[in-house]
Formats: sequence, C-alpha cells, structure tokens
Amino acid sequence: MTWYVRLWRLLTLAHGAGGKETEDLIKHLIVDSVPPKYWRVEGGTGLDALDDSALIPIARDKYIAVTIDSYTVKPIFFPGGNIGKLAASGTINDLLMVGAKPVAALDAIIAEEGFPTEQLKKIIDSYVSTLTSNDVAIIGGDFKVMPKGQVDGIVIASTGIGIVEGKPIDDREIKPGDKIIVTGYVGDHGAAILAAQQSIGVKFDVESDVKPLTSLMLPLLEKYRPYIHGAGDPTRGGIAMLVNDWAEKTKTVIVIEEEKIPIRPQVKEYAEMLGVDPLSLANEGAAVLAVQGDKAEEILEYIHSLGYKEASIIGQVYEAKDPRHVGRVLLRSVTGGVRILEPPSGEIVPRIC
Amino acid sequence: MCLGIPAEVKEVKGDIVLVDFGDGVLREVYGGAYEDLKPGDIVIVHAGIIIEKLKPERAEELVKAINEFIEDLETKASQLFEYIGSEKGETK
Amino acid sequence: MPVLRAKWSGALILQQGGAELIKRLEEFLRRNEYARKIVKKIHELAPNAVEKTGQSPIKIMDFCGTHEYTITHFGLRSLMPPEIELVAGPGCPVCITPAYYVDVAIKLSLEGIRVFTFGDAYKLPGSGKRGKDIRSLEEARAAGGNVVVVYGILDAIRMAREDGKESVFFAVGFETTAPSTASPVVKGHVPRNLTIINVHRLTPPIMKYTFENHRDNPIRGVIAPGHVSTIVGARAWRFVVDDYGIPTVVAGFEPIDILLAILEILRQHVEGKPRLVNEYTRVVTWEGNVIAQRQISECCEVVDAAWRGIGFVPESGLAFREKYRAVDALHQYGIKELSPEEWKYDLPPGCKCAEVTLGLAKPTDCPHFMKTCTPGTPYGPCMVSSEGTCAVWARFGGGGLAEDIAKSLGIV
Repeated sequence: MTWYVRLWRLLTLAHGAGGKETEDLIKHLIVDSVPPKYWRVEGGTGLDALDDSALIPIARDKYIAVTIDSYTVKPIFFPGGNIGKLAASGTINDLLMVGAKPVAALDAIIAEEGFPTEQLKKIIDSYVSTLTSNDVAIIGGDFKVMPKGQVDGIVIASTGIGIVEGKPIDDREIKPGDKIIVTGYVGDHGAAILAAQQSIGVKFDVESDVKPLTSLMLPLLEKYRPYIHGAGDPTRGGIAMLVNDWAEKTKTVIVIEEEKIPIRPQVKEYAEMLGVDPLSLANEGAAVLAVQGDKAEEILEYIHSLGYKEASIIGQVYEAKDPRHVGRVLLRSVTGGVRILEPPSGEIVPRIC
Repeated sequence: MCLGIPAEVKEVKGDIVLVDFGDGVLREVYGGAYEDLKPGDIVIVHAGIIIEKLKPERAEELVKAINEFIEDLETKASQLFEYIGSEKGETK
Repeated sequence: MPVLRAKWSGALILQQGGAELIKRLEEFLRRNEYARKIVKKIHELAPNAVEKTGQSPIKIMDFCGTHEYTITHFGLRSLMPPEIELVAGPGCPVCITPAYYVDVAIKLSLEGIRVFTFGDAYKLPGSGKRGKDIRSLEEARAAGGNVVVVYGILDAIRMAREDGKESVFFAVGFETTAPSTASPVVKGHVPRNLTIINVHRLTPPIMKYTFENHRDNPIRGVIAPGHVSTIVGARAWRFVVDDYGIPTVVAGFEPIDILLAILEILRQHVEGKPRLVNEYTRVVTWEGNVIAQRQISECCEVVDAAWRGIGFVPESGLAFREKYRAVDALHQYGIKELSPEEWKYDLPPGCKCAEVTLGLAKPTDCPHFMKTCTPGTPYGPCMVSSEGTCAVWARFGGGGLAEDIAKSLGIV
C-alpha cells in the first residue's frame, strides 16, 4: 500500500472524479487497509462486492441493504434540482440497485459559516420530500457548521437502509448472453452541471435527470427479479465506468452499440464542444441493467410501459475468448468500426485538442 | 491537434461573438481573427476563438458528391454482379 | 475532390440553416452505409496501390491528433485492409511542449500567480519525478498552487479584468491556436495583469523533420491537418507533393472525411500521380485565414524552437516581437528563454514519446506503455493529452486489441 502513497503524494480532484483513479484509491488505500475477514458480515456482501449497497442477511432470502454516500455539487442549486434532491435520490437509487425496497434514511450535514438559512431550508425540504414521497422515513442525522472557508457551502452525507426480499441483485452474477439495458437519456446530469458551472451560457434546455427510480425499479423487481442479473446507477464516471466495472468483475467482454445509446442531441453537441465523452458524464436518474438475454425484449417493453420511453437495449455480455480480452468493453461506433471503451480517467476538463 | 467545433453566429458585439453550438446555449467566443461575421454564419470555433467560416454551399457540394459517388459505386457493383451472374449484389 | 467528380444531381439535403445544417452534415458524414461502401472501395484499391508503390503495408500518416482521435474513436483502423497502415504523426501540441515551460508554469503557480491553462496541458508533466516532485499543474493545484482551467483565452482575459489579479496564460498549441494568443495581443485586449507563456509551435517544419526521419521506409500518404489548414491554408502543404512526391489530402474530421482522404491517396498511387487535394473545402481555403496570419506575424516572429524529446527544430516556433514584450511572461518575470545549448533531453528514462510522436514507434513498442504508464498515472507526455497517441491507444485499445476481440466474438 505504501507504493500507492508514494505514487500519489497528494490527492488531486481526479481521485474524486469517480473514474479509474477513484477506483484505484478505494481498492488500494481503503479496501486493502481492512482485513478481508471484515469486508462483510457473514453471509452478506460488502467490500468484496463493492456494489451500490452492502447486504446483511437477517433471514432466509431476506437482507438489510445499507448504503452511504456524501454529496457535494457546484452549483448547489442546479437546473433540475439541488443538493438535497441529489442526496435523497442517490440514496434511494443505491438501495434499488441491489434489489432492495428503500425504507429509511439518515443524513449528516456540514454547512459553512454564513450559509443562508433560507437556502438550507430549501435543501432540507427537497431532501425530505424526495424521501417521503417515495415512502422512505428519515430516522436520524447530524448537523455541523464549519468556520468560513473550511468547507465550500454545504456537504451532505446520506445513509440509506432497505430491505431485500428474495434474491438480491449482485452484479457478479452478470453472465455471457445477458443484454444491457439503459433506462433513460445518458449524460443529462453531467452536462447540466458542466453547463451551469461554465455559466457563460444564456440557456441550456437540458436539466439534470436527478430523480429516484422507485417507480421503475419496484414494479420491475416485482415482476422480473430473477432475470435481472445486474443493476447500477451510472453516476460519477458514467456508463463507461459502470460497464467496465461489470466486465472486470465478471471476467467477461461487454459489447456496446453506440447507435442504440439514447442521448439528447444537445447533450451530444455540448459534450463534443467541450471534448468530453458523454458516456463518462454522470447520470442521476437512469439505471443500467444486465438482464437475461431471452427476456430482454419483454423487460424492455415493460420498462417502456412504466413511462421510461427512452429505455433501450444497448449491448450484450460475451464470454472472453482470450485472457487478454477479459474485462474489456468494446464499442461499435455509429460508423461501424470498433474500439475499446475505457473507463474514464482523470478529472473531466475541457480540451482544445 | 485542434478540436474545431461548428457553431452558428447569433450576435456580433465587436470582437465578442455570441454563438450557438447546436446545444441551444449561447456562448461568447472571440471573433477578432475574422472579419465580416454576421448572424446566421456558421463558423468553426477552436479554443474559444473563431478560426474560419463554414461554407454551406461547399458542404452541400460534398454531400452531393458523396451521394453520387455512392450511387456510382452501386451502379457499377450491380452491373458487375449482373455480369458475373451472382445474386449477392448489395441491394441497399 | 477529383475522386468525387460529381454530376450534380440528387436532392438537396442541406437547405436548412445554422444548427440544423451542422447536425445534418455530421449525421451524414458518420453514416454507416456510406462508410461501408467507401471502405469496400479502399479494400479494392489497396492491393493495386501496394503493387505500384512497392511498399506493404502502405504507410499513411495522419498528422493531426484530432484525426487520430476520429480514427480511433470511430474504430476506422478496424475497417482497413492489411495493405494499409495508418500512422499517427506529431500532431499533439501538448505532447511536444518542452518540460522546461511546464516547470516554469508550475513554479509561477506555486508563487501565487494565477496560471490559466487549457484542460489538455493541465496534467502535462514537467521534468519532475513522479511521486517525488510536483510534476504538473494539476499536482501544483493540489499543493496549493493557483491554477485555473479555461476553455479559451477569452475566459482568462475576462477573469483577469474582473479581479485584477496577477495572472499568466499558458499558451500551447499549433497555428490553429496561435491566433487566440496573437489576435487579442495585437488588438490590445489583454489586460496588464495578464501575461503569456508563449509555446506556440508550427507544423510544416516538424512535418519536414518527420519525413527526414522516415527515409528508410517512407511515408506514402499524408492526411494533412484540417484545422491548422484553416489558418495556414491548403497551400502550406504544397511542399509535401513538390519536394517529397507524397499524395496529400487536407481532410475534415468526420469519419467519412478521413475514409475519403485514404481512398484519394490510394487512387493517386494507382494513377501514379501525387497531388495536393483539399477535401475539407467546406472550411479550408487555399490561402487560409489571412487576417489571422497577419495578426500572428504582427505579434510574433518565427524562431528555432524546442520540441519535447526531439530538441530544436529550425524555424518551428513563435516568439513575441520586441514590441509586445510586455505580455511575455518569461520576460516579465525575468525567466530565461530556453536555448539550444541549455536544452536537455526532457523525457523520463525509457519513455518513447519522441519516437511515437514522429511515428517511428508505436505506443505498444514502449516498455512503459500500460505498465508503468497509464492514463491515470501518465509517465510520459504522450499519455497525458487526450490526443497523445499513447493516451488515445490506451483509451480506445489501439494496437489491434479492439479488432482482435471483435473477431473472436464474430461481430465484424
């Protein structure tokens, strides 16, 4: 582990961007610091799976799902939401992605001295209403204020607790033949935030897609739970990070068809202008699912019927035919050529080249 | 080496030009290295500066030329396939 | 272009104006069915071109990093027949920026002077050692340095004007980017508190240098940089045909543009007549952007300049003229310009960036590639910029991996 500390003497923003560097830091600096025996509780999942939520077994086919995430976003109020809605949605979605029904949440807020109380009230209102309208209780929390300049505005940490009844969704069960479904437009949140940060724009008619996916996932789990082998919400690092993570975890090859990816033309143009890949932009209201191949069309139709009209089958999982291919994601471009879709790396910065 | 993105000129304010990159957002870019810009022009923007105008009639020529080139390939291919009596000629 | 000699029929698909036209054009120039047909033609012509040139595979160089990006991003190499090799050229201005200037920018930022940089140069390592020194502006910021990433110099000018803070702009880039420095300088838009580290470099001299280094196995086709050409004009590449007899096509940046350029190069070989063809007429003119050219020469003089890992190349850089000394950050802070005597080999040990940049080696030939040098932990400069050949290969599986996988799965 000391090699990691030597390699990166100082943390950079890339370590928190949700791409390769974040993954490496979590694995080499955090997970490796915990003895493997304590990576999970007996019969459950935890640091061994590094899934959206951890699982603790409580009875036969019954688990408690737990997740924690901290939220920082700039601007705090952005088109389509604010940090409160972001925290609540993220918490709910992390639980849904392991097949849990969200039941309760706790929050810890650190605010900066001088932060307007009125804004805090708005943020709390969003956090609370997003949770309660999805039938999630808020059962505790913590609140602190830091001296001016020691924290930028506000940071929220949010814990979610859910119950899994039946088979949990464990991404490690994704297998060759599975189809990959994305349930909504790709990159909206990341593009909306980048646009808001640049603030030169007069208007950008794309809003963040931030929302809880309860209305999608609960009915879907009810009907198709055994056929959903993997689920994830592609937040930081975007779809590119998520599918790479899956391919690596399951030692498979995943092939994505660029033509099939739902993406708003404005988001595509905007990303292109900045020279960033829309597939590595964050989403906060879309899920990616790996479902049993022969059920994929049926499941897709059902997702459409739930109001997620942009959902699309974007790819398939294959068995790796060569050890060198293991864990790779292949993308077939609109022009027909193929390339490797790498996990995003580094901080997302606009480029000139 | 040089990412250049087409954009439509919306407003010219001296050397500062408001453009739309097709995403609906108006952005200020620098137009001081080009003359006679007017709203409606399509320009190529690199690193926040207008480096050239796009000539729609040229683009149209290219599109036409490609269309014909493809058509030409198809005619030739189908003639060829007729000639060798194969049915595997591309039909689309 | 001649290969497309048209008969002017067919529907007008581009009657709309503005944004609509841009979208339509882009969609058109990426269309799979067109690509397939052009590729088919390329496959047909390639064996004949090999016969004519006596070179197999035929070496075609794409000079521009953005072309290399399109080629890998759209997987165009996977569509090529075995008779064609597409080699990336020295088209990444970030990769060739000497370590010396990065060190200067880092130093200034750590002294509290705000350094504006393009995103590309933000992670570019200087001469520092990994894990020991502060190597890049990114690490400088983490260490408390004042570094701001901007999209263009206009943002820097605006911010410097607003708060009056002492600032420096790290101006890297080729002819395409040079006007963004030169124009505001000659027009007096640069506020006093903003000075510029001028590391602009010129492409025709490095192209000549590259040809000289490929004498043993010459380059047989050049896809000339499209956006550099908007400034310098298609005429700047006359020497490639006249002096070296290499078929040359100025091409746009969509996949179909590049496929057409390759096809045109093959056609010229089959016909045995090398020519200079401008495929990118929708943007590039013969003369180029004359206003920008005037502003550049008003602002800067052409000087011998250093290229990273390569050394000094004659008349390949721009430096502020005496008259504009006030905006020159190096002059302002009493920092010496790099001289040929003082230039030191500025690549880390074992790094093959210079060879990769000149197209003499592939990234996969480098012992560091994807072992001790990855996009997350770049060792050499070519792994840093999103356009560096190593970074492009790392991200998009250059070196045949993507093709390999596709074949093994039976999906191509």
